[in-house]
Amino acid sequence: MAFFEVRRIVKNFGGLCAVHEISFSLEKGQVIGLIGPNGSGKTTIFNLINNFFPLTAGEIYFKGKRIDSLPTHKICALGIARTFQVVKPLKRMSVLDNVMAGAFLHTGSTSQARARALEILEFCNLINKRDLDAKKLTIADRKRLEIARALSTDPELLLLDETAAGLNPKETEEAIEVIKKISRSGIAIIIVEHKMKVIMGTSEKIVAINFGREITQGEPREVINHPEVIKAYLGDHYA
Amino acid sequence: MKKVLINITVAIVAILLPLVFRAPYHQHILITILIWAALGTAWNLLGGYAGQVSFGHAAFFGLGAYTAGILALHYNISPWWGLLLGPLVSTLISIPVGLICFRLRGPYFALAMLALGEIFRLVFINWVTFTNGAKGIMIIPKITMKLPYYYMALGLFFLSLTITGLLIKSRFGYYFISIREDQDAAESLGIPTTRYKLFAFLPSAFITGLTGAFYMNYIAFIDPNVVFSLANVSVMIILVVMLGGVATLWGPAVGAAIYILLSEVFRTRMGAASVLAFGILVCLVIMFLPNGIVGELDGLRKMALRKMNGGEKSGLLRG
Repeated sequence: MAFFEVRRIVKNFGGLCAVHEISFSLEKGQVIGLIGPNGSGKTTIFNLINNFFPLTAGEIYFKGKRIDSLPTHKICALGIARTFQVVKPLKRMSVLDNVMAGAFLHTGSTSQARARALEILEFCNLINKRDLDAKKLTIADRKRLEIARALSTDPELLLLDETAAGLNPKETEEAIEVIKKISRSGIAIIIVEHKMKVIMGTSEKIVAINFGREITQGEPREVINHPEVIKAYLGDHYA
Repeated sequence: MKKVLINITVAIVAILLPLVFRAPYHQHILITILIWAALGTAWNLLGGYAGQVSFGHAAFFGLGAYTAGILALHYNISPWWGLLLGPLVSTLISIPVGLICFRLRGPYFALAMLALGEIFRLVFINWVTFTNGAKGIMIIPKITMKLPYYYMALGLFFLSLTITGLLIKSRFGYYFISIREDQDAAESLGIPTTRYKLFAFLPSAFITGLTGAFYMNYIAFIDPNVVFSLANVSVMIILVVMLGGVATLWGPAVGAAIYILLSEVFRTRMGAASVLAFGILVCLVIMFLPNGIVGELDGLRKMALRKMNGGEKSGLLRG
């Protein structure tokens, strides 16, 4: 059985079918990209994986265990952490306290949580901002904080939701470096991203979706040259 | 070290205070301040740190008071036993209330709690055979001197402060504040949010019930419209905390002191117009001191520190 697998997941919001029979899997330490035009259901898939929304149908497995009916906090405790596309900093807490809040998942000791949080801030290049309130951060730093906070829970699988959106080219390069660094430490990653540079620079496999349905999945080069993918992004004319 | 010295000084002043103010009226005011400081600190744990604004803490205050009162009324047991049973009853009631109401967020939770307080008030007015209804319960207090009550109230406030202080410095504090700042983010960080809201609620209800039981023993008369009052208990607790500083350790105490002293001045000078004066005061606090007195002072202190060191200290444990 795969390290992580979603099997024919479906999500309907009333009459609207947001996700329809999507399946994919990844191995331990693998990085895969999830692409698709706006509104195609990428973030919804993340919300289904960590059970912000219950599935309409389908199954999700993590390390051989079915997790799709577990509450969100248990899924995180099992080892799946996520970031949010619309960042959710804990605004009136310092950057350090934000990350400590996550680090407390595996320790009850304040000093251990602080030590772990400092390590992670160092790793994510946020160490100099540790005493600032999170609401004072720039968007690039807020995106970094999302990653740092997710890492603080010691995940084995990390869901990154558009961590490079709104970043300038230099910051995007830095984001790619951070993602590669995380991947090298053995953490599996699913990336949702519009910036193809990020996807192509990091992913070993791509799943392309549109209108909640899978278009294709496979090797990055094949997927981005797939006529249906080009059609979904640019229209019939270019396919 | 400096902090320890300040704490010791505060404790000594608190212990000596009633020996300086010997008039029963003055001692009564001091006791009232301590009661509200204890209530405010307990409310602050749930409402300030965990961000679950309760408009119904009168329910727990009244339950504590009535537990003590009913022991004396029906069972001829000393109402002092209420200090033991009252908080237990409040805590027990808070568990199902929490499990149900914590499904609601923000203003919906506040409204559900407001309804809770009112439900208890109406039940206790109408359940005449058990509660004596609107006639209330009167006891003959064994102790008539103010001084012992002062030290009991001081102990009560100390307990409230200690519980809150210990909790917020630990993992609990980080989790409470995370839940307040963003419940979804907190949940995604592996925090069981409903459970931790309950962990904030239980001690809060416990202290509130304990204070209610103490109130029964001290004032020696209660009726549902007093102890389950929306305006004079539930909302007043919130005003005390807002004035002093939401989510600051000492804010509720400072708020209680200023509130009670001002209300005595307003009441003696202006009579019924004192309510108006308070309304204006609340507006001014919201407009100019949105973080409360302790909160604003802390902000100033932090700014000064930053200017001096060029760096800011961890912002979680304010006050």
